[in-house]
Amino acid sequence: MLNKQLMSGLIKSSIARKVIMALSGLFLVFFLGQHFVINVTSVIAPDTFNSWSHFMGYNPIVQYILQPILIAGVIVHFVMGIVLELQNRGARGVKYAKYKGSANASWLSRNMIITGLVVLAFLGLHFYDFWIHEMTYKYIESNPEDPTRYYAETVHKFEPFWRTVIYVVSFVLLALHLLHGFASSFQSMGLNNKYTPAIKMFTKIYAIGIPLGFIFIALYHHFNQLTH
Amino acid sequence: MKLNLKIWRQKDAKSNGQMVDYPISGIEGDMSFLEMMDVLNEELITKGEDPVVFDHDCREGICGSCSLQINGEPHGPDRLITTCQLHMRKFNDGDTIVIEPFRAKAFPVIKDLMVDRSSFDRIQQAGGYISVNTSGNTVDANAIPIDKHDADEAMDSATCIGCGACVAACKNASAMLFTSAKVSQYALLPQGQVEATDRVLNMVRQMDLEGFGNCTNTGACEVECPKGISLENIARMNREYFSASLKG
Repeated sequence: MLNKQLMSGLIKSSIARKVIMALSGLFLVFFLGQHFVINVTSVIAPDTFNSWSHFMGYNPIVQYILQPILIAGVIVHFVMGIVLELQNRGARGVKYAKYKGSANASWLSRNMIITGLVVLAFLGLHFYDFWIHEMTYKYIESNPEDPTRYYAETVHKFEPFWRTVIYVVSFVLLALHLLHGFASSFQSMGLNNKYTPAIKMFTKIYAIGIPLGFIFIALYHHFNQLTH
Repeated sequence: MKLNLKIWRQKDAKSNGQMVDYPISGIEGDMSFLEMMDVLNEELITKGEDPVVFDHDCREGICGSCSLQINGEPHGPDRLITTCQLHMRKFNDGDTIVIEPFRAKAFPVIKDLMVDRSSFDRIQQAGGYISVNTSGNTVDANAIPIDKHDADEAMDSATCIGCGACVAACKNASAMLFTSAKVSQYALLPQGQVEATDRVLNMVRQMDLEGFGNCTNTGACEVECPKGISLENIARMNREYFSASLKG
């Protein structure tokens, strides 16, 4: 059993903070994969996209249990990320006149706060585009259920060029964020062993492949509307 | 060769410091970096100026005393060496070399390039030891069978000389690599198991108390470590920490 002192140390310690970042990050990575699977149906099977989206929008377990967990995961990840960044900046005090960070660490690993904040800003737009729209449709305007509306609504979002560009750029930044963060989360949780090269390879494929898939979907819907 | 040195000068811990230019000539490629600093200091003393204070002791890469952030990297541009093992042949005639102390809130500057690294000592004192009877009936360490792989890994971890390059290189001034090496060298051996739970909890607590930053897995520490201490040590310390927390 954890006693109070140990529990307090577990929450306050630098190692615990790393693990909280890792676990919340892995949860969001898993969610991203599930989100991609649903979105890709908007390209290959619009009816499936409608029915899956309707299920996600009206299933009480998804709406009242999984959705709050997801929002909590996002909040924990970015709040902890910003707290860590501020603590880490404070740990140096006087800055170096010359600091050659590129000599010993990748740009990706040194700039997680930049890629992370861009993704966070994108999430703001994404929430405005879809989540707030959905909440308004269902709970404020109290519109009736319409299982056929999702495909048209989603495709319509990608009509403006500017929004498509923002989506593409944001997913490039997300890929850069994941390229360091996904593999790094295993190290934070103490997993560094003979399987590490395989984990790194898988995380690279996932970190590039999934955002690339989202970019394809956004471009597909944008250019598909231009040609029709 | 002729060089332009830009060196951090700071009168004492309370004063503000600044970068000062020192042109120097007659430097040979066979000189070590610290010998070059000696030449500079002899010139400064001859001119009646205050010599540049820097840490050094064994000058053969063992003690961990020498530090210096050289052109933005701890122990300079070469790998797996300390500053005393860095040779001037790594630089070219006419180069500008920026020399600063290791920077971290937990490594306050004492004077010029000399920093107080006693925070590392306090982390070590918090648990980096084993309690064995040394009063005459000590058990021969070789009498305890240890897996060859574990013995080798423990020895690798134990090669950490506590120089602080990991902290200096890390963008977060994190001391995770140092602390994890000191935790690992005992965690891998049967002699270290008796105090394993308290050791990792106390050393990590002390590390946090000293004001070091959090690890974000950039790997800069591993690259700049003069002894090649691996990031695997940090993963091991994280495992040890959670295992210890659950046992408590």
